[in-house]
Amino acid sequence: MTILQFFLWSLLKVAVVTVVMLLGIAYTVLLERKLVGRIQNRWGPSRVGPFGLLQPLVDGAKSFLKEDIIPTAVYRPLYLFAPIIALGCALISIAVVPFGAPDVGPGGLHLFQISDVNIGLLVILGVTSIGVYGIALAGWSSNNKYSLLGSLRSSAQLISYELALGLSLVGVVLRAGSLNLRVIVEGQSSKGILSWNIFGGLQFIAFFIYLMAAYAETNRSPFDLPEAESELTAGYHTEYSSMKFAMFFMAEYANMITVGCVATLLFLGGWTSPFGNLIPLPQNIVIHALLPIFWFVLKVFSFLFLYVWVRGTLPRFRYDQLMNFGWRYLLPLAILNIVGTSLWLAYR
Amino acid sequence: MLHEPSLSLPGFAPALPVCDGTMHLILFVLFAGLCLAGAINLLLQSHPINSALSLIVVMTSLAVLYLLLGAEFLAAAQVIVYAGAIMVLFTFVVMLLNAGREERTLGSRVARAVGFPAVVTILGVLATVILRAQGLGSASLHDGITSTEELSAVLFTKLLLPFEVTSVLILIAILGAVALARHGDGERMDGK
Repeated sequence: MTILQFFLWSLLKVAVVTVVMLLGIAYTVLLERKLVGRIQNRWGPSRVGPFGLLQPLVDGAKSFLKEDIIPTAVYRPLYLFAPIIALGCALISIAVVPFGAPDVGPGGLHLFQISDVNIGLLVILGVTSIGVYGIALAGWSSNNKYSLLGSLRSSAQLISYELALGLSLVGVVLRAGSLNLRVIVEGQSSKGILSWNIFGGLQFIAFFIYLMAAYAETNRSPFDLPEAESELTAGYHTEYSSMKFAMFFMAEYANMITVGCVATLLFLGGWTSPFGNLIPLPQNIVIHALLPIFWFVLKVFSFLFLYVWVRGTLPRFRYDQLMNFGWRYLLPLAILNIVGTSLWLAYR
Repeated sequence: MLHEPSLSLPGFAPALPVCDGTMHLILFVLFAGLCLAGAINLLLQSHPINSALSLIVVMTSLAVLYLLLGAEFLAAAQVIVYAGAIMVLFTFVVMLLNAGREERTLGSRVARAVGFPAVVTILGVLATVILRAQGLGSASLHDGITSTEELSAVLFTKLLLPFEVTSVLILIAILGAVALARHGDGERMDGK
């Protein structure tokens, strides 16, 4: 494999993954609207295409064609740059996520992962921590009280919950002995569902903490205070319109998908089948390649489903409740989980 | 054409012989330049938030330089801790105080008369000392990657004491912050 071939393969993988990711974002929005609709006893979008399936396309066209208003009092360079940071960081972190079995591909190439990095988990955490700037700068540069309050809330929330999130992952890393996402998944592949970290690894407390922190990290209900309509109009993106607003919107859903991917990889066994070796592996190379992707997508989908379900069910937290919950309950619980896991690993 | 049995790339840089030297050199020049440009921009900008953002650019390019030296964990820690956490607090403070533009003054005449020659002398002295000195050790750009295992092995065996002492330092800082906050609280109570 020459450098040129490597480059072309990488380009191809990046293009395919980006397109799939953008489609995924579009249809996650539709999923949310449909599901929340059903939860609230109405139909949701149903007019465009069969079952409203073409709604995302129409929404995209609408966002493109809307008038792009830039208020005069904004700080222009950062106002324009903020949505790019938000969406860019949200899309970049998918680059280290392995979607499927690593043994498929020409010449030892990982077909289902853009880049296999030793410190994949840290890369995801790093990129997400840079993503905060998108929200923080958007609120500040908009020169609007609602925006600033929203972005300050959001930054404070992200910083507080990032601690709990990071610590909840330590237990998993301790068990796997590696930060490489592929190694972490392969460590859970021996006995199907029984060896997943959430069950066999006894990391259900860590999973719970991760779930809560992930809702807060992605600004989703019940932690969606940064964009609480009743208090802040629309929070940090109050002054954004047209495609710039759509970019923040897409960043939020991209983050949801990434968080779902990370949860799948770290706690739910990644691309491995829940039945382990009970069902013999198919010999056909195409099925052999596509089956792991099916499991992966199914797991991420259930995670997204849970996200929407929670949004349709729970009311919003108050701000002091949010901070109390993060610092007083989640953080100590995460530390206890690390201590417990270490003791258990040492005893074993 | 090389038929490597597995092209499992050990890090970000592809371990291909074609790009051994040149690729690293190009990346080094690119990001060292970016780092310097960020640092100069940091000083030149009059708006605090622009300076803070330039500092983020400096931090992230430094992370890439660490990566080129094969220190991947350090690079990730640099991005997460400095660019992601500490600089967020910086921008947070700038945003909260809503700090405006700095006022530009021409500076005092004495500072200009003494400052510029002083800077030139210090740079000259440093340059001669570094160029004269032999055996300072060298850092090379290479394909090898120091894995997290190796790093932690050194950190928790050879360097255990300095490592733990540093954490005590951080504890002292936290205690100081708590003491200051409590002190402020007490004063307010007295005021009532």
